[in-house]
Amino acid sequence: MKKATLKQRVKQNWWKYLIAVCILVVYLLPIYVVVVTSLKPVTDHTSRLIPPTEIYWENYVRAFQNSNILNAIKNSFIITVGTVLIVVVAGCLAAYPMARHRNRLSKSMKTFVLGVMMVPGMSMVVGIYSTLVSIHAISTYWGIIAVSAAFGLPMSIYMYCNFIRAIPISLDEAAYMDGAGVLRTFFQIILPQLKPVTASVVLMQAVSTWNEYGYSLYILQKKEMYNVTLTVKQFFGEQMKDLNGAAACAVIAIVPVIIVYLFLQKYFVQGTMDSAVKG
Amino acid sequence: MRKRAVKMSCFYIPAICLILFFVVRPFCETVYVSLCKWNGYSPQKLFIGFENYMEMFSDKRLLTAFINTLIYGLVSTVFQNVIGLGAALFVNSRFKGNNLVRVVIYMPIMISSLIMGYIMYFFLTYDNGVLNDILGAFGMGAVDWLADGKNGVLFITLINTWQYAGYCMIIYLSGLQNISKVYIEAAQIDGAGCFARFRYITLPMLIPAITSAVMIDLVGGLKIFDGIISLTNGGPNYSTHSMMTYLNSQYFLSEKAGYASAIGITTFIMIMAVSLFSNRYFERKSIDM
Repeated sequence: MKKATLKQRVKQNWWKYLIAVCILVVYLLPIYVVVVTSLKPVTDHTSRLIPPTEIYWENYVRAFQNSNILNAIKNSFIITVGTVLIVVVAGCLAAYPMARHRNRLSKSMKTFVLGVMMVPGMSMVVGIYSTLVSIHAISTYWGIIAVSAAFGLPMSIYMYCNFIRAIPISLDEAAYMDGAGVLRTFFQIILPQLKPVTASVVLMQAVSTWNEYGYSLYILQKKEMYNVTLTVKQFFGEQMKDLNGAAACAVIAIVPVIIVYLFLQKYFVQGTMDSAVKG
Repeated sequence: MRKRAVKMSCFYIPAICLILFFVVRPFCETVYVSLCKWNGYSPQKLFIGFENYMEMFSDKRLLTAFINTLIYGLVSTVFQNVIGLGAALFVNSRFKGNNLVRVVIYMPIMISSLIMGYIMYFFLTYDNGVLNDILGAFGMGAVDWLADGKNGVLFITLINTWQYAGYCMIIYLSGLQNISKVYIEAAQIDGAGCFARFRYITLPMLIPAITSAVMIDLVGGLKIFDGIISLTNGGPNYSTHSMMTYLNSQYFLSEKAGYASAIGITTFIMIMAVSLFSNRYFERKSIDM
């Protein structure tokens, strides 16, 4: 009985399944192609759509040996963790007075933060580069962490601010009545409630830092400081004839992100909503 | 009370210091450099006033880059919103596997657009490119897609659309889920058809979602950089550059830091103007509705 209804439902909705299959093909084909290419030797000139007859791991061996990709993953990891930490701590601190005060300072801070949010980092790369040169921060972790944190902060402040607004202010007042100071109120009353929005801030910031290319190109100049995107770029640039090896390098670069995404996709969706929809 | 407010304002300090030193200071420096003749590393900067800005008017390659930037920004915004809204309506309708579709459409956003450009390169090469293979299967001849700048611009726009349409989808999906069923049922009782329900109920209720989706896409499209670097690197013959990649080539390759800064400041003003304008437009729209 149940089977029949399911069949009926499928029959009724067949066009939906047709569209769904088309969407899946369009969205998964690029991933499929890059994986297939990475598993074929350079001499294999069959179409990239046809799976390899036998799996050829040499490309991955070459990618690991020639491109230093493991070191790049380590660098990207350090940079991402550092940036996320700063963005979370400085972000929720700044958002607290912004959400609670209705004075002129908090209003102008809000305008300032929204303005900075729109600044494209690349448009002032000349200034960023000279600033970092003047404080000897080129090719250092802290240099790039400071820059990406500074550009990521406005979004995090915005998200935290929206979230803290939704926490009743009477909680703060009750804490003050009981004699708690500003710090204690923040750390004991507000902070424990920020977990959901912190997850959003962490994920959004981590993805954008991990994938960042524009100013890393200028800041990370020593090869041993290269992050993942610079390493993939370098591999494609140097080995234009070894496209299969480059494909392997690209696969190594995207696999960690995809795995994290598949496990945490619910939180990514929430993060997108938190960052886009006005509270 | 007042003491508490002052104490609380201290919470701004870490964030503001970082932003002042690493965003505002570089910004001021860029403005200053844009008024100078400078190669990017020598200790001497020669102040020349607005000459760099004047130079922009006679630079034909910059004009191409400017037009391309508008295409990347506006066309992919339109495409992304149409596709995103369609995908949101589709995923929101009830059928088995809609979650899978949602997860897959959002997935490309996780991948750096630089790497995505390289992956797409496998589709567009002349020898062995996937697109040519597909055309070949239908008996059509192979095309060297990236040899023509017009095709390059089209593909960069399409790839950008494809990669970030999931963002729009999520925003619209949350907008759709906020619309109370009551309105739709009431309209149904009044005899409104499927299209009328969409036009007079769903669409007006989605205005806040449309505003944020359009703003995010516009800003993202106008500052497009990584995807172009990996797919065409601005070539052939400077025909696919955006403002940002052109800035990069002027600074990195031609060592014209002053001119590059002028381009950067101009792009910044352009993005600000476009986003303020569209924000105003939608604010007025949402009052009208």
